[in-house]
Amino acid sequence: MAKNDEVIMLDFWLSPYARRVQIALEEKGIKYEIKEEDLPNNKSTLLLQLNPVYKKVPVLIHNGKPICESLVVLEYIDEVWNHKSPSLLPSDPYHRAQARFWADYVDKKIYDNAMKFFKTEGEEKEDGKKGLIEGLKVMEEQVGGDRTYFGGDNIGLVDVILVPLFSWFYVYKFTNNLNFVSQESFPNLFAWAKKCTERDSVSKCIPKEQKVFEHFQQRNLLNSDQ
Amino acid sequence: MAKSEVKLLGAWPSPFVLRARIALNIKSVDYEFLEETFQPKSQLLLQSNPVYKKIPVLIHENKPICESLIIVQYVDDVWSSGGPSILPADPYDRAIARFWATYVDDKLFPAMKSIAGAKGEEERKRLIKEVEEGLALLEDAFNKITSKGNNKLFFGGDQIGYLDIAFGSLLGWLRVTEITTGVKLFDQVNTPGLANWAERFCAHAAVKDVMPHTHKLLEFAKTLMTKLAPI
Repeated sequence: MAKNDEVIMLDFWLSPYARRVQIALEEKGIKYEIKEEDLPNNKSTLLLQLNPVYKKVPVLIHNGKPICESLVVLEYIDEVWNHKSPSLLPSDPYHRAQARFWADYVDKKIYDNAMKFFKTEGEEKEDGKKGLIEGLKVMEEQVGGDRTYFGGDNIGLVDVILVPLFSWFYVYKFTNNLNFVSQESFPNLFAWAKKCTERDSVSKCIPKEQKVFEHFQQRNLLNSDQ
Repeated sequence: MAKSEVKLLGAWPSPFVLRARIALNIKSVDYEFLEETFQPKSQLLLQSNPVYKKIPVLIHENKPICESLIIVQYVDDVWSSGGPSILPADPYDRAIARFWATYVDDKLFPAMKSIAGAKGEEERKRLIKEVEEGLALLEDAFNKITSKGNNKLFFGGDQIGYLDIAFGSLLGWLRVTEITTGVKLFDQVNTPGLANWAERFCAHAAVKDVMPHTHKLLEFAKTLMTKLAPI
């Protein structure tokens, strides 16, 4: 890759999807610039131009060309900077298929249900909670023992995709009752999350608790029993 | 490769199964097609796809691979010398292809599928509009992608590729939707680029023998609706 590679990410600090991309860039030691969006009400012209279909972050802009959808961006980063470790995807086709399968599962089963739980009420919220617990139980089986990471010995695609949500759990503890996501019920996942957050790349990208608290406080979104 | 080493568990009406079949055909892979029985789901299905219990499942050397687009990429990886590349060579082009394939799965297909079960005329109209808008986006994408090179035949260039497969596999069901709604979604007026592309896609050697006939899909859809209708 040319020395004067320009890598920009359209970001919103609270977005776990954008965190995925930032973690990948950090892990691979790629130089990048962040352009912070003022979401949700003040989307920049640039964002609307570069992601007209979804109008969402993250958007990676590489030498002027936009790439949207975090999973697409992660595969792009892994392919373009394939000479930089860690490899997000394994080289063996079967293991690649497995990694993609679990990445997709995390997105559909865990993230979609988590968003439902955090952002809706009543029956839909209960549905989200149920789906989230089911998904976490499945992921609990995929890590632990000699599997330090979902990627094996080193961090990989599934780790990068899931870990921002774990930090969201502590983020959203200010606004939701999250006692069902605990170290007791998910020991492997908690151990894995701890291992991930010990990495410089991950700890740098996760929003600071104080900032999150103030954000929710400002928007009067705190739990009444805080 | 011995035929028994590659099995595809599927069902003839499924557009997702069709994706896998087209990919295998592109790479000239000899495989055994196992028609899933459903009601109840076979032991093979439950064992090989315990997470979703859905078809298609590719079974290669006794190892299962699930999710149609993941299967397509796997086939492209494993049988790389068996036929033309399915994913584009350039990483940016790959990202574009993946973006639109994801759009087809996340937005276009769910909207199309929901039309039949729409509650009321307003919802039906809204969903049809959503599909029309999606097709307009894909028409635009097709024009952008094909204007880049000399080969304006497919999303993949002069050969069908990843996005052709992802989107083209829905053509049968799109035509069924046109018939059941009476709305022309796809034609020379609204989507000229796609209308011509669709003809070429369906005539392609890797597609024509495995693409289900629209009238058979329509019959199948009618049987489904009868089964689902309240008694």
